[in-house]
Amino acid sequence: MITGHFFAAGADRRIAITIFILLAAAIIVPLLNLAVSPTSAFYIPSYIVALTGKYLCYALLALALDLVWGYCGILSLGHGAFFALGGYAMGMYLMRQIGSRGVYGNPILPDFMVFLNYKELPWFWTGFDHFWFAAIMVLAVPGLLAFVFGWFAFRSRVTGVYLSIITQAMTYALLLAFFRNDMGFGGNNGLTDFKDILGFNVQADATRSALFAASAVMLALAVFVTWAIVGSKYGKLLMAVRDAESRTRFLGWRAENVKLFAFTVSAVMAGIAGALYVPQVGIINPGEFEPSNSIEVVIWAAVGGRGTIVGPIVGALLVNAGKSWFTGLLPEFWLFALGGLFVAVTLFLPKGIVGMWDSWRGNAKAMRAAAIAEEAGADPDVPPPPKIVRSAATTPGAWSASGPEPQPAE
Amino acid sequence: MSKSNTILYLDGVSVSFDGFRAINNLSLVLDKGEMRAIIGPNGAGKTTMMDIVTGKTRPDEGEVFFDGQVDLTRHDEAEIAMMGIGRKFQKPTVFESHSVEDNLMLALKGPRSIFPALFHRRSAAEARQIDDILGVIRLGDKRHDLAANLSHGQKQWLEIGMLLAQDPKLLLVDEPVAGMTDAETEETARLLKDIARDHSVIVVEHDMHFVRELGVKVTCLHEGSVLSEGSLDFVSADERVVEVYLGR
Repeated sequence: MITGHFFAAGADRRIAITIFILLAAAIIVPLLNLAVSPTSAFYIPSYIVALTGKYLCYALLALALDLVWGYCGILSLGHGAFFALGGYAMGMYLMRQIGSRGVYGNPILPDFMVFLNYKELPWFWTGFDHFWFAAIMVLAVPGLLAFVFGWFAFRSRVTGVYLSIITQAMTYALLLAFFRNDMGFGGNNGLTDFKDILGFNVQADATRSALFAASAVMLALAVFVTWAIVGSKYGKLLMAVRDAESRTRFLGWRAENVKLFAFTVSAVMAGIAGALYVPQVGIINPGEFEPSNSIEVVIWAAVGGRGTIVGPIVGALLVNAGKSWFTGLLPEFWLFALGGLFVAVTLFLPKGIVGMWDSWRGNAKAMRAAAIAEEAGADPDVPPPPKIVRSAATTPGAWSASGPEPQPAE
Repeated sequence: MSKSNTILYLDGVSVSFDGFRAINNLSLVLDKGEMRAIIGPNGAGKTTMMDIVTGKTRPDEGEVFFDGQVDLTRHDEAEIAMMGIGRKFQKPTVFESHSVEDNLMLALKGPRSIFPALFHRRSAAEARQIDDILGVIRLGDKRHDLAANLSHGQKQWLEIGMLLAQDPKLLLVDEPVAGMTDAETEETARLLKDIARDHSVIVVEHDMHFVRELGVKVTCLHEGSVLSEGSLDFVSADERVVEVYLGR
């Protein structure tokens, strides 16, 4: 029992360290960008701030996917759709902030509407001139879509690969819909040419730094929320549904509601990630609904280690840093490299980087314990105390470390 | 037949899958507090019968009543579980990535909605219940072990323990001693007899020694209906039973 608590503290420590690093980055990176002279060795150039800010949004998206994939076994291949919807909600606010500074100088209508001969603002654009309204929509639109989608899918007991396929179909349908000019979201070109956010110039270094800090803080918050969810009784139920869905039903739990809650929370997190992403990259267009984007998110989570909270963040940061470096070097080969990476991870690192680290450390600990026992004159035939081998898996956040493979429900 | 004072009442139940009649005009009555063993060759419809009672499969025709008045054909698995029917699967099905204790915690009777689970704190009463059950299923020293690391027999017991945690009125136990050693089988018989003191139980089993040890009324199913019913000696003396078991 004591070891259990000790290792529980170990996993909690990892979460605490992650949150601490993110919060520290939220303060230090903007300081090093704004307050340090560009000639100093400690200066962080603005483009790095913008780039890492973008990566943090990706990390938040990967964490959102991990909540449903890693902990509930729902392989969503459409999480990019929730990200993009959050992004569009933010983009609509930013479009309205342009006001009469657009090319056509129309104080109400964004440029693309003037160009497409809109006479008045479509009804669904009302309210987006207020930040608070846009902020609510960032949460509500992806959350509502996930709720309705999940309601039908989970009640009809669509699971496994079939669910993955319909999530993919969902994002593809949205891609096609948003490509149409008649949708009123700028069609092919999407929303861009943003000027201000909350009255600050989106291009300014200070705003960029603030957006970076907001992304880091939001990611830290999401880590905390995910950790709290996963550690609760509900979190245990979530994993129970993943491992033996029919067992939970015969115990009286409604597995569909368990999944629906996680799916909706996850979609809201993805929406927030999209909303923070758009002002940092300065554009949102239907390309964000591209099915390949959603698949890339799955790769980030797999590389980092699904079912670990820190893993998907590590995966998203590493793969995207790799992408930036690689596309600079051999741009045509990036997709091959990504595909190869996924194959390699599936074959050699089935638990991802963090999962492998955990089992490696678990083994090292067990061996050390065995060595100590042997030195103390204990019978060498006695296997090392099993509690230590199991260590990481007795704590939330490290389930896949040495835990069993999820078994299919009956 | 009167439904009062029965815990389970099946009358004229039939179900077919793609033209195959898995259950054919099955009638079966279980009194309150009774333990019943159900035997029958493979494909006799034993598991399908459990699927019907627990709401996994809807019968094409026939009546299925629980506790004398509840029509089970109108409810789904979760509702039926909440009414007080617990089911153990043929293949032991526990939550492998959770500890033994957490398995029981998830099974404990209580509210089954999301938000209470999200803000759940373990109470002293719950801890006591879990301790009691761990004592009954003899897994007290394994409470912090992952269910995945239990032996096959221990998983069977854990699953029975999860049923007890649900506090059901009726337990459906599908092949509880499959793959168990003789000693474990004996333990399991004792455990089930203990449980039967204050629960109604249906046990499906192939192992005749085990059934004999239970010493209860036996129903033999064949091709989806009741072939013979009575004491084990009576049923095993029945020529038709001998015929379906040994082949013609």
